[in-house]
Amino acid sequence: MNASLPGPLNDNPNLDRWVAFPSPGKVTILTGRVELGQGVLTAMAQIASDELDVAMERITVRSGDTEKAPNEGYTAGSQSIQFGGVALRQACAEVRALFLEQAGKVLGCKGNELSIRDGRFHRNGASTGQDYWTLSSAIDLTCRATGVAARKAVADLKSVGTSSRRLDLPGKVFGDSIFIHDIQLDGTIHARVVRQPNRGAAIASIDERAIRRAAKGPIEFVRNGDFLAIVGNDETAVDAATAAAVGHVVWHNVEAPTPTQQEASWLLQRPAVDRAFGAAPGDSQGRERFERTYTRGYLAHASISPSCGLALYRNGKLTVWTHCQGVYPLRAAVAKILELDPSLIIVHHVQGSGCYGHNGADDAAADAAIIALQRPGQPIRVRWRREEEFIYEPKTPAMIVKVRAILDEGGKPVDWTQEIWSPTHNLRPGAGGNLLGALALPNPPPEPPPNDVPEANGGGATRNAEPLYDIPAKRVLHHLVTESPVRTSALRGLGAMPNVFALECCIDELAERGGKDPVQYRLSITADPRARAVIEKVATMAKWNADATGGTGRGRGIAFARYKNRAAYSAVVVELFVDEEIRLHRVWCATDAGLVVNPDGVINQLEGGIIQSASWVLKEQVRFDNGIASYDWQTYPVLKFTEVPEIEIELINTKDEVPLGVGEVTAGPTAAAIGNAVSHALGTRIRDLPLTRERLTAALLKD
Amino acid sequence: MSRKFEFSVNGSAVSVSLDNEETPLLDVLRNSLGLKGTRFGCGLEQCGCCMVLIDGAPEKCCTKPVSSVAGKKIVTVEGLGDASHPHPLQQAFLDEQAGQCGYCLAGILISAKALLDKNPKPSRAEIAQALDSNICRCGSHNRILRAVEKAAAVMRAGAER
Repeated sequence: MNASLPGPLNDNPNLDRWVAFPSPGKVTILTGRVELGQGVLTAMAQIASDELDVAMERITVRSGDTEKAPNEGYTAGSQSIQFGGVALRQACAEVRALFLEQAGKVLGCKGNELSIRDGRFHRNGASTGQDYWTLSSAIDLTCRATGVAARKAVADLKSVGTSSRRLDLPGKVFGDSIFIHDIQLDGTIHARVVRQPNRGAAIASIDERAIRRAAKGPIEFVRNGDFLAIVGNDETAVDAATAAAVGHVVWHNVEAPTPTQQEASWLLQRPAVDRAFGAAPGDSQGRERFERTYTRGYLAHASISPSCGLALYRNGKLTVWTHCQGVYPLRAAVAKILELDPSLIIVHHVQGSGCYGHNGADDAAADAAIIALQRPGQPIRVRWRREEEFIYEPKTPAMIVKVRAILDEGGKPVDWTQEIWSPTHNLRPGAGGNLLGALALPNPPPEPPPNDVPEANGGGATRNAEPLYDIPAKRVLHHLVTESPVRTSALRGLGAMPNVFALECCIDELAERGGKDPVQYRLSITADPRARAVIEKVATMAKWNADATGGTGRGRGIAFARYKNRAAYSAVVVELFVDEEIRLHRVWCATDAGLVVNPDGVINQLEGGIIQSASWVLKEQVRFDNGIASYDWQTYPVLKFTEVPEIEIELINTKDEVPLGVGEVTAGPTAAAIGNAVSHALGTRIRDLPLTRERLTAALLKD
Repeated sequence: MSRKFEFSVNGSAVSVSLDNEETPLLDVLRNSLGLKGTRFGCGLEQCGCCMVLIDGAPEKCCTKPVSSVAGKKIVTVEGLGDASHPHPLQQAFLDEQAGQCGYCLAGILISAKALLDKNPKPSRAEIAQALDSNICRCGSHNRILRAVEKAAAVMRAGAER
């Protein structure tokens, strides 16, 4: 009988998809999760080190590879450790059990009389001469996991729970060729795409002579329908030609987003698929109703490097190198647009810069694949231009979140409605989204049907739309807006940031309305002990003072969320100053992520989430002005070194709880804590993000 | 008609022949010399991924014509140190685990090196100021600031010995 297997292991039950012993003293572990700068491969190695009883130094991690590694879909949603890590742990436990059994046969004893020390098998404390590598020829790891093998007890874990140093960091500080951008295959052809401005735009004319003149080196044109690329051996010439092509290729049917469409308010009157879930419609029965509306504009992922993809089509087989988050879904999507059998395509993951979600990575890989098919035998390297990344990467959608609360006589909410207007948060290729280059090919694929991440997977626009607080009736009204001026998809936390911003700002407004301290008010409507623990902890860390006077230009704010209402808990306090602009001073954060594999890695992710969210809240919005007007770091500024606050983080020790991802948990609480602190500092509230200087001025003039 | 350009990179004399004298130094480093540590981030001299030292001064090189560095001394991240002989800055970045995706780090290490060459005991604010010409998108800022402070202390202690 098979016990139940962790999801990814159930999907990839053959143990050779997870563990291999390639040569004496060496262990290879395989994972479908990919390194995005979050340190996940180090954590996976720690998990395997413990479960197999081998030193970290023996372990090589192979990740994101359709040839060998398991298919785990996307590395997204803060799920790598919670699901992928647990699957790897179980796979290693199964492998360990098989080897112990085999060692027992060889040594004429029971497997449970043996122990393993750094890969070597011991009996009664003495070496048996057997190890994983002497035994491996007798064991067929293509067998299926059974789920019967027991994982180690948490108390017996040695590497898990320690801040093991990141395996990927040395290459990054020594300038090694570790990024996809650094791959140089023999005979590499550099390629840039002259992007179709929008679906349906058609090439009217190309001034090839002018473009060649600007190139100052040999270039060629590759064209398929309205997909146009400039290629050549000399990257400098290809770059110069592509820059010139912007002015020398004329397009028909160009549509450009307008300044009106830039604002979230534009979404209100658009066609939408309307959904509702949660409690039945509430009746206020004469009780007080409280209603507030919060908005956020479009954001860019704004990865520090533009996307890059490589492809080689040789002997009827296509190999693709990509920094995308899901190599298997990309393989399926590329197979479809190129009409190739997926078995003829291999996709390898190579590190790129941090993506924080669905950026241009998949599209750049598809660009390379499209060109490679027209140039068999030549390795094609596509690197997007900076403005190309800003203009064509999928944006995270603008959102409107309207909160309606019905209050009891004590001022506590008894009924909560969160109504959301948002375009989709998921146009990943694996969710039916189109690869950008395919839209320019003859016979472009149709628009995908309206879709967002289902609530079973955490929701897209509805993520964290229900407050975790003890409110008898909660419901969500979701308007999935089907008309969007730009392509939208997943960014760190999806709808969680705007939803938590809205509900946690509203909770502060309710506390203020009743003259209650925001910390005490939250505790008064929360019985969940893990929620209470992070709120109480962060208040202690920040020396929260319930009597701090507001409206002085110095402000403090608190906010809390449990990511997806089922993952990690985090509470954040922000202290800031407001004069002409907002200056963040200090941030405190308490987080409960269950069993922590690598505490420093977790803290690094939490810090990153706090800083990125602060950057979104204070500075970021994609501007539209007859096209995307945010196309470089001056028109889309992000938080700078002189603008980051000091950050203090504590992890709550709950190591007997399942491990929970942390990449996204701080985005919402940080945004709301900043919103609440600004309100405290000014004595007036701003409900629209980002909190720009113009909005500060307008808020102050309004009073 | 190709022209020859001579300069030094990380202490070694180099000579490259190029048809286009406007070829950016970054392309020469990465494509002609195979030094991939200096990264392409924007091609607009905005993000700092391509920061190198030119005669000791930190400069973005993604649009800097190779002709403008003839006869000059270039130092890239590969010139700071390697795994067997890390520069104190590189060691401090590892000790502080200062980085996430790491794409910005080569440029940041160069900016930090330029700062410490000029000012061996910078304040936290001075370090932040010096690094404002570099963008970090992952949010590793505080770790990076701590690492530079730490490296400065190590280098001062080394200089006193």
